[in-house]
Amino acid sequence: MSAPLTATRAPDDMVAGTPGEEATVPTSRRTRWGAPTWALAGGVVAVWVVVSVLADGSNTLYLPGLGRTGFHDYFSDLKVDLIRGRDTNVVMQVVGALSDVFNAAVGWLQDVFSRADLPRPVPQVGYLGVLGIAGWCTLAVAGWRLAVAVEVGLVAVGLLGYWADSLDTLIVTFFAVGIALLIGMPLAIWIGCSRLARTVATPVLDVLQTMPAFVYLAPFALFFSIGPAIAVAVTVLYALPPAVRIAAHGIQMVSRTTIEATDSLGQTRWQRLAKVQLPMARKTIIVGVNQTIMAALSMVVIAGFVNSPGLGQPVLEALAAGRVGSALTSGLCIVILAILLDRVTTEASERSETLARSGGRGRAHWIGLGVAAVVALVMVYLSRLELRFAEFPTTSLGGTIASAVDSFAGWVTDHIGGVTTAIQRGTTNGLLNPLQDLIAGSPWFVTGTALLLLAGVLAGVRGALSTAVCLGGIYMTGLWYDAMVTLTSVLVATVFVMILAVVLGVWMARSRVVERALRPLLDAAQVMPPFVYLIPVLLLFDPTRFTAIFAAVVYAAPVAIKLVADGVKQVPEATIEAATAAGSTPWQLITKVQLPMARGHLVLAANQGLLYVLAMVVIGGLVGGGALGYDVVLGFSQNEYFGKGVAAGIAIVLLGVMVDRVARRAAETSGTSRSGAT
Amino acid sequence: MEFRKVSTLTGSLAVLALVASACGGGGGGGDIAAAEKDNESVAAAAGGECGEVNMAVNPWVGYEADAYVVGYVADTMLGCQTTYKNLKEEVSWQGFGSGDVDVVIEDWGHPDLEKLYFADQGGDGSAESVGATGNVGVIGWYVPPWMAQEYPDITDWSNLNKYASLFETPESGGKGQFLGADPSYVQYDESIVSNLDLDFKVVFSGSESASIAAFQKAEENKTPLIGYFYEPQWFISTVPLVKVDLPAYTDGCADDAKAVACDYPETQLQKIVASDFADSGSPAFDLVKNFEWTNDDQNLVASYIADDGMSPEDAAQKWVEANPDKVEAWLS
Repeated sequence: MSAPLTATRAPDDMVAGTPGEEATVPTSRRTRWGAPTWALAGGVVAVWVVVSVLADGSNTLYLPGLGRTGFHDYFSDLKVDLIRGRDTNVVMQVVGALSDVFNAAVGWLQDVFSRADLPRPVPQVGYLGVLGIAGWCTLAVAGWRLAVAVEVGLVAVGLLGYWADSLDTLIVTFFAVGIALLIGMPLAIWIGCSRLARTVATPVLDVLQTMPAFVYLAPFALFFSIGPAIAVAVTVLYALPPAVRIAAHGIQMVSRTTIEATDSLGQTRWQRLAKVQLPMARKTIIVGVNQTIMAALSMVVIAGFVNSPGLGQPVLEALAAGRVGSALTSGLCIVILAILLDRVTTEASERSETLARSGGRGRAHWIGLGVAAVVALVMVYLSRLELRFAEFPTTSLGGTIASAVDSFAGWVTDHIGGVTTAIQRGTTNGLLNPLQDLIAGSPWFVTGTALLLLAGVLAGVRGALSTAVCLGGIYMTGLWYDAMVTLTSVLVATVFVMILAVVLGVWMARSRVVERALRPLLDAAQVMPPFVYLIPVLLLFDPTRFTAIFAAVVYAAPVAIKLVADGVKQVPEATIEAATAAGSTPWQLITKVQLPMARGHLVLAANQGLLYVLAMVVIGGLVGGGALGYDVVLGFSQNEYFGKGVAAGIAIVLLGVMVDRVARRAAETSGTSRSGAT
Repeated sequence: MEFRKVSTLTGSLAVLALVASACGGGGGGGDIAAAEKDNESVAAAAGGECGEVNMAVNPWVGYEADAYVVGYVADTMLGCQTTYKNLKEEVSWQGFGSGDVDVVIEDWGHPDLEKLYFADQGGDGSAESVGATGNVGVIGWYVPPWMAQEYPDITDWSNLNKYASLFETPESGGKGQFLGADPSYVQYDESIVSNLDLDFKVVFSGSESASIAAFQKAEENKTPLIGYFYEPQWFISTVPLVKVDLPAYTDGCADDAKAVACDYPETQLQKIVASDFADSGSPAFDLVKNFEWTNDDQNLVASYIADDGMSPEDAAQKWVEANPDKVEAWLS
């Protein structure tokens, strides 16, 4: 499950049920209810539709865009109290002192690598020196091929015109990832070794991962002051969960027999951890580091909202001025950095594995590294001496690409704007509005009951219980109507993601050419910050809910497509040959053999797709998605609505947990009943 | 083993790097050392009394124009070091008290924030207003120019219901769609719609980028659109949106956000500074206090940035060099 997810951002498993844990409750649904599941679900929906029409839009708990409730004001008042008491608040003083340290450390690194260390007109180490150091480090951990790739990549971001911003992004990312690992590894060990710790930590990690950063960005600015420290803090919060989850998973997966065998030699618990569990989990832990870096990079633009140094700034500036081209070139730099970091950490983990087995390297390797070190040093020395080795040469390349993109985008919107508007209106009228009328337009207690019954039918008693708790929470937030609108959009987007995933995933798995062509595109699309393509998407579709859904699908589809492709490819060759020999048509092969056998991956793809779609709710709010996404942005933008933003953030978390739990239980349930039947 | 070797090697590399740095930095020739000396003497000549200025940059291009023009003048003529901080309004104001922000150069009026931070309104006294920028903000309801031509009477609000069906979209639930603004902005369109009995529904664009994209597309494709917009705004010089007249603003008619049934007031845009900055005696403070220009000035600089794709620094430099008398007036 871990290896093939190159450059994946979200965690593999968001949920209490770790891969090893099997569902025990459900047996065949048919026997318990006396009717097939789909018939029951259909019945619930039919009744729901009838009642909804009869109720005619009453009791929907609709709250105007700028409306507030007491629950919202409670949080807003809390924040005002924080502001009023900031000179005497001890926690703030302590955090403030800590963030001064962060700011100083990041500032020092910037002086060394990325900004003029005044009165010196350039940083202490110029671009040539940075190339030398980066190349040598890559060579040492990941070999010469990747060292070359790193050099090419860094030169590329320089040529695009974002040398300093890219280095700032690297500095903040490394700093944040370092802290995330410092906090995350002990946590992971604890969770990996204790069931109780896992039970406690899982919901906390769920919340950290689904709570939109916009909710806590403004209050964080109170504690951490405005500067790199807040970016580091926000990034750490978001990058922590994957580090903890994956490393803990690695530790848990160390085979029990190995532990028992070494225990019988009389080792202490500490020895067991240090000599057995950690070394054996090393590869998984490095995958965790890789995922942590990717998560940290996905916060680059968000952190730009609070003036974090780095590539987020040019992306946001381009967005404000409506410049598609320069948004793309700066976004491209983030993609380049992400892909380089991903490949280097992946290669490093594989090397460490091989080396640990083969027991070290020969003398030639060390001599090579030594020579490279001398070259790197000369490069550093030169870059400290001469301006031409210190300042990255300015070129017109970035500007040329940007204006080419601008005119291309202009051409596209001029020529297909009519078609895209028709698609947007058709989908909204034909699919989105009827669905929303049902889910959000019914009285709240009707929708609530219907959702509970559906959860019960599809996911059993435990699924219904999770749903009840989450729906209760959403009611409390005072944002029921908005939550239901968002739920509708999220469901529609996830369905689109899965359609794309199945079609493209199967195609990729069946054709090497397609695979070769698509995979790099998918990798890039997955790490491209969505802010980059907001304007083109807006120009195609206007600010509407469909636009938000479209952007979410673009963002979420790559990971789902890759998962489905990997799943289909894992179907044993022998099975396929047997089916072909028995006379299956390609269509039969796909629908009867490949897809059913890739079921586990399909479920994972749906789960990941859903999480990615949820992560886009707030960004959707920026392009006309409205509802909870808009509420969160409003809360971040206006002091009086801070509490409404918090409430919307809570509602998003609850929606995420609800849909995730129901989908998982449903998958386990139907899986068990099917295997029972065959 | 492996790890130890790598770390030994890294260690020795670091030591060597330090040695190399010492050589490079120790005035051993090279043009960087020379440039460094130049910078030092320039700083000494300027007197170095100005120091750092933390300029908040709120996310719209007109604001950027003000900020970078003031910053450019401060840096080049007063020897200050302006640090630009890209922040939204709310977070910028938080920064006054912590010393992270010295100047908000264009404020559209935030009564709630003033209550929190202005001493004369019961706040903590971390911020104060230092007068108007000279720009007059006009917020209101706008339509793309083609609509004003095609339907000349649309610019009177009392005719809006007649045209409501034109504006219907799948988002607006059978009514006309009114495109609401970026959530950062002062707005009460939902109240205006209901208090004037207009057959419209406010659909929020969610961001300024989204609103601009929508108006741009509406003008290009001649599709109907009505929404919240404002001047001065660079986009208006590209697509001259036409303002719809709501019932005229009278004193107090917008005091209760729920009861508003009139147009938005014209806003004298204000300059807000941190009180500590005001008391610091920095020459940059006097510059900020004296800074004043017109809507046309701002639109010009903003269009350098947004239409011509210049960096804000270059745009500011171009304007400052072309307008020496105005700049001179701020410095006296």
